[in-house]
Amino acid sequence: MQILLEFMKPILEIQNISKKYRIHHLAGGYLSLRERMMNALKLERSEVEDFWALKDISFTVQPGESIGIIGRNGAGKSTLLKILSRITPPTTGAIISRGRIASLLEVGTGFHPELTGRENIFFNGSLLGMKRREIQSKFDEIVDFSGVEKFLDTPLKHFSSGMQLRLAFSVAAFLEPEILIIDEVLAVGDADFQRKCLGKMEDVNKQGRTILFVSHNIPYVKNLCRQGVLLRDGKILTIGNIEDVADQYLTLNVPAKEGKLVNHVVYSCDFFEIKEITLNQQESTSIHIEDNSISVDVTFLLKLESVVELELHIKKDEEYVASFGNFLREDFVKLSPGLHHLSYRLTLPDLLSGKYSIDLFFTHPKKMGLASIENIGLPELVNNNLKPVLENSSKNWSKVILNGKLIRN
Amino acid sequence: MNQSYSETIIEPANRLSFNFKELWKYRELLYFFTWRDIKIKYKQTVLGFLWAILQPLLMMGIFTFFFGRALNIPSQNLPYPIYVFSGLLIWNLFSTGLTNASNSMVNNANIIKKIYFPRLVIPISSVAVAVFDFLMAFVLFTVLLVIYHQPIAWFAIVIWPIALGWAVIATLGLGAWLAALNVKYRDFRYVIPFLVQVLFFLTPVIYPVSLLQYPVLQYLLAASPMYAAIELFRYPLTNQITSLPFFYVSLACGMLLLLVGLFYFKKTEDFFADFA
Repeated sequence: MQILLEFMKPILEIQNISKKYRIHHLAGGYLSLRERMMNALKLERSEVEDFWALKDISFTVQPGESIGIIGRNGAGKSTLLKILSRITPPTTGAIISRGRIASLLEVGTGFHPELTGRENIFFNGSLLGMKRREIQSKFDEIVDFSGVEKFLDTPLKHFSSGMQLRLAFSVAAFLEPEILIIDEVLAVGDADFQRKCLGKMEDVNKQGRTILFVSHNIPYVKNLCRQGVLLRDGKILTIGNIEDVADQYLTLNVPAKEGKLVNHVVYSCDFFEIKEITLNQQESTSIHIEDNSISVDVTFLLKLESVVELELHIKKDEEYVASFGNFLREDFVKLSPGLHHLSYRLTLPDLLSGKYSIDLFFTHPKKMGLASIENIGLPELVNNNLKPVLENSSKNWSKVILNGKLIRN
Repeated sequence: MNQSYSETIIEPANRLSFNFKELWKYRELLYFFTWRDIKIKYKQTVLGFLWAILQPLLMMGIFTFFFGRALNIPSQNLPYPIYVFSGLLIWNLFSTGLTNASNSMVNNANIIKKIYFPRLVIPISSVAVAVFDFLMAFVLFTVLLVIYHQPIAWFAIVIWPIALGWAVIATLGLGAWLAALNVKYRDFRYVIPFLVQVLFFLTPVIYPVSLLQYPVLQYLLAASPMYAAIELFRYPLTNQITSLPFFYVSLACGMLLLLVGLFYFKKTEDFFADFA
């Protein structure tokens, strides 16, 4: 088999891919005709900044390989996936693929609450590139795998979110492309179902299909992939054996030694500068918690008008256990250039005993990172409460205060 | 593993090539989009399919009462209800198709951002949903023709599908254009209902063009892409085309719209995921 592979052409050739985004002064917001006309009348150009989400990415993938793409938020992973999935074109470079690509950037794309389980299977399957006959022939297997046969003719809106997810993944699991691209879709659902999905993906790989898997979850990546690509700031840092690549990723993430938080900004874009930041009014890189609550206070300088959102992730052994942010997509905080102060409050969910750390990501909705601070240490947590704990929960901030004014409660 | 797979090359956007072959390959998805939208639309209304029939019927009643009876507007020797209904059939296809299509890309943004397929599938399926409504209302139209003992020329069998086809093409052209504009400029959607309203009065749905006295104005009205479709659709009933030059003007305008619409759509297509 090995010898055979030597003579085969690579199934994917990625040649010097770069992707440039234009950040308008209205970054993150939507372009409006009114603003466009106003600008034309004033005869002035709005401030535009180029942002290279990816720069000169090249690598090849052999048939049957499984490659994990890892990197921090803002490293360009999602952009690379979008280009490979043809959702957005590269600015320069080319990709030659010698097989049918199916991408799972999300499970259950196009699911509609008014349609029944059966109807959703057909629509979603078709979206993922399956032919109607293909869906029909695999229909029973899909339903079997999902375990929701009793509700097949019930509108999706009456499904629990767990059932929706099972159904969604089951459709995707029966895709038969030569190349399967998977985003962190596994980061949802209960542990049992996650294991089932992972097993299914291993099977897919064993059948000789090629897998590209993007995840923050190092244990999963190691489990599924043999090769790894480590991205940083839109460039390839390392490429090779997954063990080595994962090790290097982890060393990038060594918990910050004592010191001021503000000196531990790992990444910061040109127009966003953190001046001061505290967690629970503490400036250091390891913090204390009282009453299960965390507050983040940040003062920053913005050089362009932009949307600024903060995501806080709590992790244990490189796995996220809880995330906070603007996940309900309420109005985004759009700010004018200048100095701003934001403060966020949250109440911690019940966590199992153990050692946790925190990642902070400043983002705007185009999923480009503005800045990040990672691996802020929390004190060892002891929890005698044996109530089951929410895993991978995503919650909204309980309180957001902008420049002294309460904007979200 | 078979070696017969073809190479696909992903490159920076090439704005001017249409890949109709690819579109054809995705015809099943087009069917599923249409099927989904029809299902959802009629699941959400109490009256279901009846709504597609009831709406033009009510409109016909209102227009007949005000314009036919009260104002006595001429109707090319047809009973006024038949005249209005034949116009409304085509007009409703255009206005629902156009409204659906122009919102379609934004409404399906979550899909566009996650999965690749030729984006043109979405506006085409929106127009296809309007064609479905048209067919429902058309059944009622044939009933009306019988009730009014309206003679129909034999060539209706040929002319009606052509009129329908033309209406679909012109709707798609403008629809694709508006869909792309709507993704790019989010405040554009406020313009669309207004645009449809204005076009309604500029198109001879409820009155014949001959009612206007200035030829310049008549040419202007003929520029409405639906003019030709409606004229053509009424041809088997009236046995006359009001004015051949107007007819050609309308055809040319529709063709132009289709070209401009498709090119603009194509030009912005690759970046929909970034805008949406």
